[in-house]
Amino acid sequence: MKDKFYVNIKIPVILMTLFIFLIFSCNNKETENAAKAEKDSTKPEIIKTQKVEEYAVEAPPFSDGIYPCTDCHANIVANPERRVLTEWHEDISAIFNHDSENRWCLDCHDLKNRDYLKLASGKLLDFKESYKLCGQCHGEKLRDWKVGVHGKRTGNWNGKKEYLLCVHCHNPHSPKFNELTPLPPPMRPEDIK
Amino acid sequence: MKKENSRRSFLKNISLATFSALALSGCNTEVFDEFLQKNFRTLSKKEKDKIIKNLELKYKEKYGKEFHVSDKPAMEGTLFGYALDLSRCVGCRKCVYACVKENNQSREPQIHWIEVLQMEKEKGIDFADSNVQYNPEKVPEKGHFYVPVQCQQCRNPQCVTVCPVKATWQEPDGIVVVDYNWCIGCRYCMAACPYGARHFNWGEPTVPTEEINTEMHYLGNRPRKKGVVEKCTFCIQRTREGKYPACVEICPVGARKFGNLLDPESEIRYILENKRVLVLKQELNTQPKFYYFFGI
Ligand code: SF4
Ligand code: SF4
Repeated sequence: MKDKFYVNIKIPVILMTLFIFLIFSCNNKETENAAKAEKDSTKPEIIKTQKVEEYAVEAPPFSDGIYPCTDCHANIVANPERRVLTEWHEDISAIFNHDSENRWCLDCHDLKNRDYLKLASGKLLDFKESYKLCGQCHGEKLRDWKVGVHGKRTGNWNGKKEYLLCVHCHNPHSPKFNELTPLPPPMRPEDIK
Repeated sequence: MKKENSRRSFLKNISLATFSALALSGCNTEVFDEFLQKNFRTLSKKEKDKIIKNLELKYKEKYGKEFHVSDKPAMEGTLFGYALDLSRCVGCRKCVYACVKENNQSREPQIHWIEVLQMEKEKGIDFADSNVQYNPEKVPEKGHFYVPVQCQQCRNPQCVTVCPVKATWQEPDGIVVVDYNWCIGCRYCMAACPYGARHFNWGEPTVPTEEINTEMHYLGNRPRKKGVVEKCTFCIQRTREGKYPACVEICPVGARKFGNLLDPESEIRYILENKRVLVLKQELNTQPKFYYFFGI
């Protein structure tokens, strides 16, 4: 009698437990599958940063009336001797501070074609591509600039961007970044009404 | 039973009384609608459209300009990340004011979403010893560096966890936003945020009409009201349209970088993979999506 009673109670309980267990495991599977399906179907297409090959840059920042150089230089006999300029371009001589011990004008400017820059290889370079000239020494900076990490970019994070040339921020004759005047500090909390 | 009944009728009466009082006081239905408006995340497309149309009308009335309020959702496949080059920032605060303008922050009382902290090179990053009030003739000052701080767009945002009414949440593209209509102004989030990135409208915010930015996002730079909390949204009104945030575009030294963390070709991923990167208060496990790096 006692045994029977015991069995009577136990079987339904076991069945019940099993049943509940089944329901739950079923349920779990179902939700798992659902989640998986959802994941697969909504597998997002990653928004890509547009690859840039050509760099859209602003026009080089010439001082007023200085370009084309041939306007004046066409009538001057070129003098290839390394020296400090005192009659012309004194303003540049005055600030020149870019490895000035070892370099002078014709290390970057071309003797014969004044309207061009010159790479170390002798290859002529348009002023619009001056970053290539800078990159001869500052290769790491050029690499970072190309991927948008050095220097400033504006436009679209996932599309067209505008670049600034090195020389928009750094004077090529004295490249150290100029100091700036800061905008006003925030109000002190105690002064805010 | 009797008691239940009387309580019910009491409640009924009192709500009736409130409504009629409101009606009598000359409130239009718009105020009701706004008061009864649901949380932004539970609104249907139709409801959103209606609310936005009303907002645009309201702003036009107030400022006399055409406004565009967007509710553009996150683009699929984007998780926004930000990086700031500590070796470049000169502390000029141009970003602070570009942000104020872009995001219609209150001028009076003043709210700034970006704070630039000046620190001593010798001491390294030390919040306790930082200075936001620096004001020399020229920056950068010798022996100092600058750490601009704004919302770090945490992956594990404690501001969201503590909000008792779910008025703030993280969007699928990772931007933590606030529903200004749902915010009850309890300021729990401000206490929970370890970066001081949330700001409270203690007074009625004011933005000069001639300076107001009319390109808006519902979860971003639309005008706020007194008593709600606001914060940086990565310029949600710009970045969801593909543009860079305003602070990125203004920074004169190019210290600020922005992009899609899911895209291996993005600027931001290049930085994470190639530069020395840190996040602020890493030990708190907030997991910011705002990184600081040394570009040099
Ligand atoms: S604008 Fe750029 S350099 Fe100026 S404080 Fe902001 S991050 Fe620093
Ligand atoms: S920085 Fe503060 S406001 Fe921003 S997500 Fe993190 S906890 Fe929230």
